[in-house]
Parts: sequence; structure tokens; C-alpha cells
Amino acid sequence: MQISTSWRSFRMAAWLGWMIESNWTDPFLFAVYSIIKPLSGAAILVIMYGVITKGNYDSNLFPYIYLGNAFYIYVAAVMTGVSWAVVDDREHYKTLKYMYIAPIYIPIYLLGRGIARFITGSIAVFITLAAGILFLNVNVQLAEVNWILFIVSLILGILMLAMLGLLLAGVTLITARHEGFLGEATAGALYIFSGAVFPLSVLPDWLRPIGYWMPTTYWLELMRRSLIGNVANAYPTLASLGNLQILGILLGLSILFGTLSIFVFRICDRIARERGMIDMTTNY
Amino acid sequence: MNPVSAKYSRKDTGWRLFLRTIVARAYPRIIGQQREMSWVIFEVVMPMLAVISYVFVYRALEAPQDYIGFVVMGGAMSAFWLNVLWSMSSQLYWEKETGNLALYIMAPNSMMAILLGMALGGLLATALRAVTVTLLGSFMFGVTYEISSFFQLFSVFMLAMIALYGMGMMMASTFLLFGREAWHVANLAQEPVFLASGFFFPIKFLPFWVAAGASFIPLTLGMDAMRQLIFSGGFQFGLFSVQAEIYALAVMAVVFVASSKFLLAYVEKLAVREGRITESRR
Repeated sequence: MQISTSWRSFRMAAWLGWMIESNWTDPFLFAVYSIIKPLSGAAILVIMYGVITKGNYDSNLFPYIYLGNAFYIYVAAVMTGVSWAVVDDREHYKTLKYMYIAPIYIPIYLLGRGIARFITGSIAVFITLAAGILFLNVNVQLAEVNWILFIVSLILGILMLAMLGLLLAGVTLITARHEGFLGEATAGALYIFSGAVFPLSVLPDWLRPIGYWMPTTYWLELMRRSLIGNVANAYPTLASLGNLQILGILLGLSILFGTLSIFVFRICDRIARERGMIDMTTNY
Repeated sequence: MNPVSAKYSRKDTGWRLFLRTIVARAYPRIIGQQREMSWVIFEVVMPMLAVISYVFVYRALEAPQDYIGFVVMGGAMSAFWLNVLWSMSSQLYWEKETGNLALYIMAPNSMMAILLGMALGGLLATALRAVTVTLLGSFMFGVTYEISSFFQLFSVFMLAMIALYGMGMMMASTFLLFGREAWHVANLAQEPVFLASGFFFPIKFLPFWVAAGASFIPLTLGMDAMRQLIFSGGFQFGLFSVQAEIYALAVMAVVFVASSKFLLAYVEKLAVREGRITESRR
């Protein structure tokens, strides 16, 4: 695999993805669209929290929920951004077969297609965090943020999510029906098992181990800790582990899932080629 | 004339054609679901994921059990909103994309009957999913119900559904004018409506004018009334009295269904004039 070809595949896919995602309307409406959806999701949780705690937003529980939900926007955006490209190109634009015969690397192309949603997701995360800090007393002190941990965790997490997206893209390639739901269903399931907005200890005992195997669990914990150190005390699920230990676990699980993703994508890609599924249009 | 020829040479017109069009359009929604049960799994799983998440949030906050019931009910009712968004509002747009819309308009039947058929089929098919979500949620989280008036509950539900699907019919005609943005607009109308209509918390906790504004979405008042009618402590969370909400829903049902007829006629004419019936802006 030549680096120049990979870079070209990635760059053009990112540009194409951005055009598809953003040029259906004018920039203002696009900005509103990118912001309203995640803010509404956050507002549902804020109101639920406010109703039960009678507006006590000073507790450590609140930033735990709020930050977990804010960063979870990346999970849905990046994962489905990569896998949705298969549905979009194959079913909607009917161009996937042309991509396959073009001089590009398909996995790199698909990862590049996820960039657009990463960008819109980043805007949404930023707006959600800003709204929390400015209006809801989410106590993020910029001077006290552990920036190194934040940046390292963010990059590692995004890479991990992109690889999970590639895994989903592989499965999507060999799925004739409901492929559009795969990303959403996976993101929805991870929301439950990652302790995004509630601690794993709330889950039934028999479900909890699934959460401990999910890299997103550790990633969200690191994002919270990097922004507000003492938020880990809100729920003691991972409180016994230090930042470096959690980072190590995240790195290990990312490598594990990344390898699995490449493996699964290769298998699915071969099956899709053998069964003539690259240009399959189901109109389903 | 042999019986087969006799059957197919008879031409239905007027109300008979109208009713047959409704049944014909509702048919694939109901029967199609039986032939492809995997749809049911996904359309139950997706609302259930949201229900499970929000139930665990309430559990983490040690909320009273009534709130768990609110979430289960909200999850079940969200199936109707998603159905109206994706299978009513966007439907004419999808039909345009797949080339069926021109056939609908060419055929000697009423477009209103097609919309009513879509609504009827969607309502019945979604009701099955909503019941499944309710049963699963109630079983998983031990939700109990205490219905104070079956008649009022039935009235609220039916009026809310008629008003909601009437609204869906209005939106369907509007979506006729959309191109690629249809998908995004439908996508955008999910979470904000879940928030404004109080799918997962009592609408009373929103500022009054926000809640009153959101009441133009029939599910807002429908769910508020249903919460009051099926949970023992539900009355303390009501935005308005059940009686007032029934009247408001009845008005909305009439206005939305009637408006959809005029809107459809207007938008169809506009779409034909601007050449958007067969246009597919990808």
C-alpha cells in the first residue's frame, strides 16, 4: 500500500464526505442543524436530572452525565460516519462499484468519508460543552484541565471509533437489509454499556462485564477526568484505577478492536466481492 | 364474461375507489410487515435502547418508580413519532426517489386516499411495535399501571393518533417539495421533538409557554393526558386537565386532517408546475 495512494484516498474521501454532508443547504441552516440535534439530546438529560434533583447542578453527578453524553456524540458520529458511507455509495448514489475500480484503497476511503461527521460531531461536542460550562455550571476550569491527557485520549478515542466504524462498514457490505440501522443500533447499545450517562454499577450484574470490555467505557472516563479531575468520585466504578492505568487499558482494547476490525473488514470485503454485493441495490 | 374478466373489468369510482385505494396503500404496510419480521425486531430494538438508557439514568438518580413508567410510555409512543416522520412525512419523497410518485399521480385515484392508506397502515403496524415496547419495558422494569378511566384513555389515544397522522399527512405534502434535504429535515425532527414533547419526562417541567407551544404536536398533549390516566400519581404531573386535552386533541384532529387535503392539493399543483414530481436531486 503506497502512502501517496492512501493519502489521496483519504483526502478525496474526506472532501467528498464533507460535500455530501454539508452542501444540501446553506451554511447557516447547516450550522443550526448540526447544533440543534445534539443540544436537544443533552437538554433531555439536563431536564431529567433537574426534575429529580430539584435543580441541584452542583453535584459531581451532573458533570459525569453531561460530559459523558457530550463526548458520546463522537461515538455515533465517527462510527456511523464511516459505515454509512457504504449505504450512501451503494444504495443511494450507486457509486460504490466505481470506487472499487478506482485507484484508491477502500478501507482508507471509508475512513476518510467519516471525517465529515467527525467535523460536524466536533462542532456539536464543542457547543454542548460550551453550553454546559456557560449555563449549567459544569465546572471545567481551563487552567486545571489535564490537556496532555485530554489530547492523547481524544486522538486515541477517535482512532478507536474510526476502526469500530470500519468493522461496521464491513458488516454493512454483506448486509442486504437494515444496514442503515446497524450504526445506530450499535451506537445505542454502546450508550448503555459504556456508562456514558450512568455508571456501570447501575446495570444488572450479568450485563456489567460487557461494559468493562468496551473501549468506549474507558475513553469516556478519561475524557471526564481530563476535564474535571474529581468527577471520578461521582461514581466509583473505575475510581480505583489511575489515569495511566485507564489509558493503558484503552490502548490495549483499541489495538484489540482495531485488529479485529481490519480482520472482519477483509473477510466481509471478500465475501461481498464473491457474492456480487458491491453493486447490490435493494431499495429496501 | 368469465368470472375473472368480470372481476377485473369492473371499475370502481367515487367512494368505492377511495376506500379501495386506502386499503391498497395500507396493505403493504400491514402485510409487508408480516412477511418481513426483521423490521419488527429493529423497530422494537431502537426505541428499547433509548428506553433502557433513560431508565438507567433515572435509576442512577434514584428517581421514583413513576418516572420509569413515563420513560417506558415515552419509548412506546416514540415509535409513532418515528413512523410519522420516516414513513409518512418522508414517504412521498421516497416514492419520488424510487419513481412511484409519478405513478400515484397518474393513476385515477385520490392522493388523499393514498395518504390515508399510508396513515392507517402505519398506525396499525406501529401499534404492534408500541405494544411490544410497552410489554417489554413493563416486564423488564416492573412498571405497574393504574388506569383511572378506560374511556378517556381510549379517547385520548385515538384522538392523538388521528391528529398525529393528520399532521404526518400535512408534512408528507410539504416534503414533496424537498430534495436531498428531506432526509436531514426528518432526522432533525427527532431529538428536538423528544425534548419539546416530553417523551421521557413530564412536559409540566418545561417553561409553560414552551410546553404550550409544543402542544401543537399532538403527542405532547396525548402523552400528558395518558400519563395522568394510567399512573397512580400521574395527575400531579399534568400540564392541563385531561378533559381540556381531549378537546384540544379533537380540534387538532379535525384541523390537521382537513388542512392536509388543502395542502396536498396546493403542493401537488406546485410540484407539478415546478417539475419536482419526477425530479430526483441526489
